This record gives sequence, structure tokens and C-alpha cells, in this order.
Amino acid sequence: MKTWFHQWGSPPHFYERAARWTPWFSVLALVTLAYGLIGGLVLAPMDYQQGQGYRIIFVHVPSAWMSMFIYTTLAIAGGIALIWRMKLAEVYIAAAAPLGASFTFLALLTGSLWGKPMWGTYWVWDARLTSELILLFLYLGVIALYSAIEDKRSAARAASVLALVGVVNIPIIHYSVEWWHTLHQGPTVTKFDKPSIDTAMLLPLLSMALGFTFYFAALALVRMRLGLLQRERYSRWVSDMLNQSQVKS
Amino acid sequence: MTPRRRRMLFIGCLLLGLAAATALMLKAFEQNLLYFYSPSQVMAGEAPEGQRFRLGGLVKYGSVKRAEDSLDVQFVLADCEDSLPVTYRGILPDLFREGQGIVAYGQLSTGQNGRLFVADEVLAKHDENYMSPEVAESLKKPDGASCMPPGMLNAGNREN
Repeated sequence: MKTWFHQWGSPPHFYERAARWTPWFSVLALVTLAYGLIGGLVLAPMDYQQGQGYRIIFVHVPSAWMSMFIYTTLAIAGGIALIWRMKLAEVYIAAAAPLGASFTFLALLTGSLWGKPMWGTYWVWDARLTSELILLFLYLGVIALYSAIEDKRSAARAASVLALVGVVNIPIIHYSVEWWHTLHQGPTVTKFDKPSIDTAMLLPLLSMALGFTFYFAALALVRMRLGLLQRERYSRWVSDMLNQSQVKS
Repeated sequence: MTPRRRRMLFIGCLLLGLAAATALMLKAFEQNLLYFYSPSQVMAGEAPEGQRFRLGGLVKYGSVKRAEDSLDVQFVLADCEDSLPVTYRGILPDLFREGQGIVAYGQLSTGQNGRLFVADEVLAKHDENYMSPEVAESLKKPDGASCMPPGMLNAGNREN
């Protein structure tokens, strides 16, 4: 366990592994997204209440799940970075935060576009929408804090603290629709009862969620490799690697 | 105690403290975080008097009356215990129909027979059920539900 941890914490080792994994995640993302889109937009029946308009859930719901999932991983990475001073965790925060912010923005945007025809308004200040907006600001705060501090070690430490502090918002987002009266609907899938959604809609929805996760994983790995190269540009393994590739070509 | 242990303890305490602070804060703001009041809450006098607020409930079956020469609509919003008549002038969202969950924004006034809610904004709330029209048809209750389904008020009329 300890050697495993150390091996994975080693930048050159991770750099090489990540390069090998990226294509696999990309292929998995393509397959699940293709099935999810066809199954959701073509094969699934329309909704009894919302007609064809409900189909925006196939983008909206996975992005919202991703926005919360990625923030949770940021907080975990922040804890690891602060406690074990692991460089990879710091690189992960810088790599994943913009991706998480994009998913949050996508969830807010698609939800807003959905809200106009169904609810009759683009935006309301109910507990769910407001807490998701706060999540976007938390992401932007993590990104801004990381880029504002010159020394990347202390930048990552500051960003980690913010990521950890902000994690209290995650259960609030999830339970907001149960704790308070909101205009946003209650949970359909993520509850203890049986999901209250037709299986023909649920399967493509889950496939889209998987696809978003794989897509995120592939992008995060690419961004982490880039971040590692930048952070370690003066170190031995980077110059060794560059020399090797020059010899080859 | 190693420095690592100390950092671990510090972060643990930080998170615990934050969670407690947030919980207390949310508890204190509970009333402000309610997006709408239910008809029974309004009838029990929990809604702010003389102030604008949101009222949420189901449109009672057979209660929608539209004026012939204007956009005036009158309907009754109900939950399982109480109901309140609402008037509104304007265009209603597509999902507005009898039996649908609706959130109306406006204020209380007195009508000819008791309380009346005058709304200037009406939003439709959809529930968490997704199914095909055929399935919905087969599930339909003969008289239609005029009581709040569990999903509509989410936490329901929890006692605080």
C-alpha cells in the first residue's frame, strides 16, 4: 500500500501511465456518449408531461452530477495535498477545477433553457438553483486563487483550503430539494426508492453520466500531464525524457 | 505527534466546525430558504401578512375559470389540508393545467368570501416522474388526484 502510494505519487511514473490510459478513457467516453445520445434523443419515449422538451435531462442531469462529483474529488485532493504534501494532488486540483466549472456552467445553462418552457422562467432564487450557483463561484474561486499566487506550491495549498471549505455546499445542493420547498423537482434517480423514471429513459441517462465521467477522466489526465511538465520543467526526469525523444527523432 | 498527524487533526476540526456552523446558519435562515408556502401554512397564518410571498400547491380539479374577454384567470390552489383561491392576469406556462403543481407570486387580499391570493407571476412545477404518455394514461386515477402527491412539496409540511 505504502509503495503503491509512493509509486503513484512519483511524477515520471504517473506521466507515463496517464499517457497510456488517456486513449482508453476517450474510447469508453465515445461509446457511452454515442449510446446515451441515440438512446436518449431517438429511442426513448417522450415524457407524459413535458413532451419532447424533457430530453434536455440527458445533458443537464449528468453535468449537474459531474459538477458535484468533481468538486468532491477536488476537496479530497485538497486534503491529500495538505496532509501528505503530494504533488500530484496539487496538480490534480489545478487540472480538474476548470473542468468542474465548465460542467457547473453547463448544468446552470441547460437548466435555465429548460426552465423557460417548463416553469415559465429562466431563473428563480430557490435553494437548489442558488446553491448550484454558489458551487460555480467556489470553482471560480479555486481557479482564481491558484492562478493569483506565483509560487505554485503555496498557490495549491491556498486552493486546497478553499476546496475543503467549499465542500459543505455539496450536501446542501443534494438535499436542498428535500429540506426546503423549491421550484426545482425532487430527486428522480438518486434516492432510496426505485428511480421514478422509465427504464428506456434511465439507461441512456446513466450511460451519458458514465460518458461524461470518462470524458472528464481523459481530459483531466491530459491536463495533469501538462501541469506536471510545467511544474517539473527543471527536474531531471523531464530533461531525460526530452533528450531521449530527441535522440529518437 | 508528527506534523502530518497534526495537519490531519487540523483539517478534521476545520471541516467539523464548518459543518456545524453551516448547519446552524441554515437552521436560522430556514424560513427565508423556503421558496414557497403551502395553502395550509397560509391558512394557519405562517405566511407574512401584507407582504408579497410565493404560494405553492396543486391546481384543484374543476376550479379553473377563465374570463372570456381578458387574460384573467381564477383557480384554487390546494394541498392535502387546505385550499386558497387565486386570481391572475397574464399568460400561463404550458404546463399549467388542473392537477398540476404551481407556484404563484403575489400577496393576500380579501375577496368576496374569505381570503384571496392575487398573483402577478405563475410558475409551473413539474414532478420527478418521467414516463411515456401511454404509461401515464394507464396509471391515471379515475377522478384525478386533488391532493398533493408526495413529490410536490418535497419535504412536505414538516413540523419545525
